[in-house]
Amino acid sequence: MSAMLEVKDLVVSYGKIKAVKGISFTVDQGEVVSLIGTNGAGKTTTLRTISGLLRPVSGSIVFDGRDLTKVAPHEIVSLGLAHSPEGRRIFPKLSVEENLLLGAFSRKDKGIREDLAAAFELFPILEERRAQPAGTFSGGEQQMLAMGRAMMSRPKMLMLDEPSMGLSPLMMKRIMTTVTTLQQQGTTILLVEQNAQAALRRATKGYVLEVGSIVLSGTGKELLASDDVRKAYLGED
Amino acid sequence: MSTVTHSPDTTDTELSRLDRLREQHGDRAAILAVAGGALLLVSGLLSWSYDNRILDDVSVRFYPLGIQLYAMLLGIVALALGVLLFRRPQWLNPGRGLRAVGWGSVVFALAGIIAVAYQAGGLINVNEGGWVGLAGAVLVLAGGLLSPHVDLDVRTWPRLPSWAEILVIVVMLGLLLFATAYTLNVDDPATFGCLLITLLAVAIGLVGSGFGEYLGFIGQNNRRPLLLAAFLVAFLFPFTQDGSDANMSIATQILIFAATALGLNIVVGLAGLLDLGYIAFLGTGAYVGAMLSKSAFATIGWNPPFLVVMLLGMLVASIFGLIIGSPTLRVSGDYLAIVTLGFGEIFRLAMFNLDGNNGPDLTNGPNGIPGIPDLNFFGFDFGQTHTVAGIPLGRFSNYYFLLLLLIAFVILVFTRLNDSRIGRGWVAIREDERAAEAMGVNVFGLKLLAFAVGASLAGLAGTIKAHQDTSVTPDQYIFLESAFLLAAVVLGGMGTVAGVLVGATVLKLLPEKARIVNDYRLLIFGLLLVVMMRFRPEGLVASKRRQLEFHEDDEELAEIVQSEHLEEAK
Repeated sequence: MSAMLEVKDLVVSYGKIKAVKGISFTVDQGEVVSLIGTNGAGKTTTLRTISGLLRPVSGSIVFDGRDLTKVAPHEIVSLGLAHSPEGRRIFPKLSVEENLLLGAFSRKDKGIREDLAAAFELFPILEERRAQPAGTFSGGEQQMLAMGRAMMSRPKMLMLDEPSMGLSPLMMKRIMTTVTTLQQQGTTILLVEQNAQAALRRATKGYVLEVGSIVLSGTGKELLASDDVRKAYLGED
Repeated sequence: MSTVTHSPDTTDTELSRLDRLREQHGDRAAILAVAGGALLLVSGLLSWSYDNRILDDVSVRFYPLGIQLYAMLLGIVALALGVLLFRRPQWLNPGRGLRAVGWGSVVFALAGIIAVAYQAGGLINVNEGGWVGLAGAVLVLAGGLLSPHVDLDVRTWPRLPSWAEILVIVVMLGLLLFATAYTLNVDDPATFGCLLITLLAVAIGLVGSGFGEYLGFIGQNNRRPLLLAAFLVAFLFPFTQDGSDANMSIATQILIFAATALGLNIVVGLAGLLDLGYIAFLGTGAYVGAMLSKSAFATIGWNPPFLVVMLLGMLVASIFGLIIGSPTLRVSGDYLAIVTLGFGEIFRLAMFNLDGNNGPDLTNGPNGIPGIPDLNFFGFDFGQTHTVAGIPLGRFSNYYFLLLLLIAFVILVFTRLNDSRIGRGWVAIREDERAAEAMGVNVFGLKLLAFAVGASLAGLAGTIKAHQDTSVTPDQYIFLESAFLLAAVVLGGMGTVAGVLVGATVLKLLPEKARIVNDYRLLIFGLLLVVMMRFRPEGLVASKRRQLEFHEDDEELAEIVQSEHLEEAK
């Protein structure tokens, strides 16, 4: 296993406020890596910086052997790094199909129709409602669409920002199962979650973020078993 | 749901009163409408005034002219809708059409009566025709108000054989051509006003009854023939003018305005960028055209062929677009609006001052570059009158044909971009810029592209405008012109071709034909925009998706959009 993504001493700030204070972590090929932490820990900031939407103050982000810190966001998508943003950010007035096609915007090859079929296979409900404006969807369906859309760029690695936010336990389970399915199909996944239990159970590796710094790391199982994590994130004494 | 519920000032009790009336007398609605239509028809055969100098002579009985004819037209439409009300087809709602025609007829009859009374000195001078017309109009309105509401079933639209559908298109466009030619030749302002009311009432009546939607459906099934027929009709228009340049001059103004508005529509309607200085790009093209022309006042002694001039106009305008766009498109929309506004003024002031006293003499300052000769393509002189099939075609007709080609080119660029991957990227940027960025849409690049393409189309139009106007001066390119272009886009329907053509026509034609509109045009257009934003924010002609953006809670509309998507997917 080689490192697909290597983040080193990453510092990101909004003006004078440092949101991420020098974190380092790696994601190896084929892994599911979870970044967990409370609100404001810097998880979303980290993802947005990796996909080029924010620029770091210092540090490096190496994806597939290339430094991303100076690469434009649309080129990062072309390199095979997809980002399903926080709050899903689907296009509410566009149809499901148009949303999916926009996910493939970075591509110009002929395989887009096949991938559309693959997305429909992953989430059959999307095919049923392919012509429906996406804004009429429930939260869970929107999340499926957001994931399907991110997969349309045929990424080597997929970054999911809080896919379980606001979902029913049942729907959350469905989404998390899909994460495993995608991993088995060969996609590397970087998962950001507040729901530590769900995220860690499926993770090969996990990092705990607290106010911009990584305070704990280990395999998913280790972290789940760790007293600190259990106290802070799983509400156990 | 009844349409009356949308009116906020109708209280519940009034509503129920109208509903009760509708239940009690609903079956008489058709009779009222037919009777009213018949009265309107008769009023056209009666005299409206003693004085034959008023309203182009409406004093003669059984020889309808002017508003007598319009009354008869309204009568025929009301009759037809009334008869349809008896038949009750599932795909038409004659009641709603009757309401529109009814209101229109009442306004029309009152306007006619007031015009006669005002010019002849008192209501006593209004002849029986006016009163019969008013009575008929009121009956039609009553019939419309009482007619039951119909839930339209668009799936029962009758499908005609394709030749018949094409025939419908050709006939409708032929009627449009006839109506346009006729309208433009009406000179009496009061008659012109009454004609506009009539045409508006008929149009809204047809749309309201669902007939307009059906026509749209036919048009959508025959896009190519529709487009060809539309261009054929536009092409035939100069032949209806008998060599007169009066209307052709207005028509060329409209075409230039429309072509520029379509270019702006790429920037505003497709990419969602607010440009308040767009007229500067038209000016850039015009100045390029003027400076490289054979005018004695041209400041550059180089006269390349016009084809080269057109390309240079596009190039220079798009370079300006890139210069303005690259620093500003990175920031949010409001800044862009301010910067483009500033650019528009800077352009005008620069043209005003590049007169040799301050910097190089490029533009002759406020005097501009006059005496630009007419175009000459391979010996075809645009300044001469040419006779084709016995019909003389004057100078403006020549430019009209050239501008028609320009419009066709602009429409081609617009639709190809809209349907392409680039168009999809623009939609994404408009909807949610951050999400688009995360999807791998090159937001900055696509915005810059929209800016440059829009600018180059305006520049192209400008090079032709310079020759057609024969002179270019800085004061033609004031901020107000940018505002009017934007108004045409918003009024007509952002992101649509047909809408912008309609908007541009309305905004250019009204001030030319009706003096009163010209004097108060800012006031009137301002009011028009306010009213539009209240009642139809998506513009006169709107794509269904645009409509959905403004009426999110309309489930019926959402279903229509969905079925359209499905059609497209197939």
